[in-house]
Amino acid sequence: MSGFLVNASLISLLTLIAILALRLHRLFAVVMLSGAFSLVAATLFVVLDAVDVAFTEAAVGAGISSILALATLSLVPAEEKPHSIAFVPAFLALATAAMLAIAVTDLPAFGDVNAPIHNHVAPEFIKGSADDIGIPNVVTSVLASYRGYDTLGETVVIFTAAIAVLLVLGGYTRPHRRKEKRRKNGEDKDAR
Amino acid sequence: MQDDPVIRVISKVMIPTVMLFALYVQFHGDYGPGGGFQAGVIFASAFVLNAMIFGLNRGRHVWPAHLNLLAICAGVLLYGLTGVASLFLGANYLDYDVLGATAKSGQHIGILLVEFGVGLTVASVMVALFFTFAGRPTHVRLLSKMQAHEGARPPAPKDEAKSEAKTKATKDNKTGAHK
Repeated sequence: MSGFLVNASLISLLTLIAILALRLHRLFAVVMLSGAFSLVAATLFVVLDAVDVAFTEAAVGAGISSILALATLSLVPAEEKPHSIAFVPAFLALATAAMLAIAVTDLPAFGDVNAPIHNHVAPEFIKGSADDIGIPNVVTSVLASYRGYDTLGETVVIFTAAIAVLLVLGGYTRPHRRKEKRRKNGEDKDAR
Repeated sequence: MQDDPVIRVISKVMIPTVMLFALYVQFHGDYGPGGGFQAGVIFASAFVLNAMIFGLNRGRHVWPAHLNLLAICAGVLLYGLTGVASLFLGANYLDYDVLGATAKSGQHIGILLVEFGVGLTVASVMVALFFTFAGRPTHVRLLSKMQAHEGARPPAPKDEAKSEAKTKATKDNKTGAHK
């Protein structure tokens, strides 16, 4: 019963924050709300016993993402432009949500031992982790050893993203080009 | 913000604590929740906090950009080369069994190295992203200041009068178009 109460209040809090974030036009408030959303989602993951995911969500979603969004906020206007509802995208989103809601009823119950996800490679990993790898945190042994390729891919994704951002926004231009630009600007001003 | 004694004193306590906690999350990831990704983000947040309180320039001084680029690449390289090392020792790529005396100690070493690579890349990427985004407004402001300075060198009042006339003209045009 208490578990149901905790889940229900967390989910309704999530929904409330999401609706508020949609309704508000002040971007600062929206950034703060998205941080709060991540924090509530992290709490929900703790309730689901996914402590590692909760940790990541709290650190990345509520922490560094909010800071990056705030840093971006200093480059854009403080308020979102008022706009009317776009009906075709709204219809598409609602239709997708309805289909997902119907699909959820077909999923196995939460924690069902006979669910396919628990009968593929998971038992092997959970049973073998102590003998093969010998560390108590099975999440780490799956992440770093059994699924080492995937984590290498994730690291390369982060690496690529950073390189892309640095190339576009980092201000790495060739020195002679910068000079040329300045000269051009100066000429334009003189001409005026 | 560095003039506020409360913020300065608290940040001096907080920043080392945050970094220590990040190291704990990094190297205790085998035993509790945590690992390279979380630790990297937490470690980066210490530098972000430092830059937010003491200014971007001092933040850049603490973690220079060229070292940051090196760290971004070194993390991915450490991960990839751990796999290459196991290749050279006669196992599959990223099979850590052969890295130590026993299979288990090999796995320990491999996971430690790989997680450290992830942490290094994530931390330096987060710092780089923050400095890039936060550094932009000052960059833009500086540029506009420079341009204003350059524009001020020719007789200023004339320019102003001209620009005023121009804005008036465009306004008139706009209102005309509306009518």
